[in-house]
Amino acid sequence: MEIRGAGVLVTGGSQGLGAALAQELAGRGARVVLVARHAAALHEVVAGIRARGGEAHALPADVGDKEAVYPLAGAAAALVGPVDILVHNASTLGPTPLPLLLDTACEDLERVLAVNLVGPFRLTKALAGSMALRGRGLVVSVSSDAAVSAYPGWGAYGVSKAALDHLGRIWAEELKDAGVRFLAVDPGEMDTAMHADAMPEADRAALAEPDEVAVRIAAMIASSAAIPNGARLEAARWKGAA
Amino acid sequence: MKAATAPRARPLEERLLRIDPRRGGFEDHRLVELPELLRRGDLLVVNDAATLPASIHGVTAAGAPIEVRLLGRREGVWTAVLFGAGDWRLRTEDRPAPPVLPAGDGIRFGEDLGATVRTVSTLSPRLVELAFDRDGAAFWQALYRHGRPIQYSYLQAPLALWDVQTSFGARPWAVEPPSAGRPLTWGLLEALRRHGVGLARVTHAAGISSTGDAELDARLPLDERFEVPAETVAAVGRAREARGRVVAVGTTVVRALESAAAPTATLKPASGVTRLRLGPGYTPRVVDGLLTGLHEPDTSHFALLGAFAPMPLLRAAHGHAEDQGYLCHEFGDSCLLLAGP
Repeated sequence: MEIRGAGVLVTGGSQGLGAALAQELAGRGARVVLVARHAAALHEVVAGIRARGGEAHALPADVGDKEAVYPLAGAAAALVGPVDILVHNASTLGPTPLPLLLDTACEDLERVLAVNLVGPFRLTKALAGSMALRGRGLVVSVSSDAAVSAYPGWGAYGVSKAALDHLGRIWAEELKDAGVRFLAVDPGEMDTAMHADAMPEADRAALAEPDEVAVRIAAMIASSAAIPNGARLEAARWKGAA
Repeated sequence: MKAATAPRARPLEERLLRIDPRRGGFEDHRLVELPELLRRGDLLVVNDAATLPASIHGVTAAGAPIEVRLLGRREGVWTAVLFGAGDWRLRTEDRPAPPVLPAGDGIRFGEDLGATVRTVSTLSPRLVELAFDRDGAAFWQALYRHGRPIQYSYLQAPLALWDVQTSFGARPWAVEPPSAGRPLTWGLLEALRRHGVGLARVTHAAGISSTGDAELDARLPLDERFEVPAETVAAVGRAREARGRVVAVGTTVVRALESAAAPTATLKPASGVTRLRLGPGYTPRVVDGLLTGLHEPDTSHFALLGAFAPMPLLRAAHGHAEDQGYLCHEFGDSCLLLAGP
């Protein structure tokens, strides 16, 4: 997928991997729209990208909010043209410290699914039809090893990511002839606020930097035409050329 | 003809009136049968404009309520039609006239959005150019916060933004939905593809249907922005080689394709603003037929159909549809106006 000139929408763009990936893609010439709930932090990331000569726009919104989806899709396309690359990076852990499933409130599970699964579904539905009509597009879902391994305490988050991975595989199957590609990427353990919320005891020195992971994911996006549609990749094992 | 009064949940079951100008007849179908009415090599061209929430309620500097319906944007300035008190529940012709706003007057839509009247049209004091007080993401976010879809009094309830989108829209250029594409689900588009029918796109800023001012209404459609990409020109060429027919989905697509062919009589990639008016006596250069809604005989949409079929046939088909209970307007039934083999 050609990144230069592409219309890109990154959710969860105010910090961590989302901010780093938006910066990386803008640095490669993409026209980037960033979405996150916290407007002040989001505007700061956008200002940073613009200061380095990149194109970026801030649309503060909650991707778990049904009413926010078509306004986001419309405003994004008004700002950067049809969206070619959609990155589902926003996600919530739910309450921390992470509770056992028996201690998880049903409402908390619903909220985690709303942000991590239903929100990305709605946003994909609003944007992928245009990709299919134009015969090109890429949807990247940021996953987690919690989607694959059953870690105690990671129930709500893990099941939301497992479902998001599988949703991507089904999207890929349905839209493969229309030229729309789907990828799930496990970024590995990164030194982010989310990681600190989940595992405050972790040794930060052993964690990857979001900037380095963003470079790897941008490389995957650049060479996504050579990656099987619907594939799930681990950023740490990615050996492709940047 | 009766109006469809609400969004409908099962588009494939909606009715489809097939009008054949060659045979001079018409017959009743359902939308799900569309693939059987088209043939391998035909090309369906849709309008991929998304629909803006183009109706914004505000207050003038003098404190009078006012509704602004956006028409389109050129170099940061929006053209708009002003309406007085009330909302879509009143028929547009029954709405009180808007307060007269001279150039320089302001309108507030909320704490985060305001506009100033730049110019007032000589055609009507309701037709103005507006400059908003912000641009970029801040403007779009405020517009999507305060704006609502334009709608009319035959509908039962306020529309949500998703009610007025097609399943393939991208850039929000349309101020009313390009509604001929509304019932095209991806399941139906896939069935058409398997049947050998091609799919291509234009982007056309579908405009307003009614301004509440008879003189302005007589000039509809107003200037509309459009774009025909090179891929679509190539797809039309392939359809021609395969002896396929070019079927426009909606009058906006006819206007875009014919406008792109107007300068040289051959279809070329184009983007700009069109003033082309189509109707009886116009010989289409690109479009062979169209899938569209059912239009009332006194509208510019109906006049456009006159470029594809004799008026007496169109009137007879309209009478039949009315007798059979077909529904009109943006959530209404469809009509395929296309000569048979």
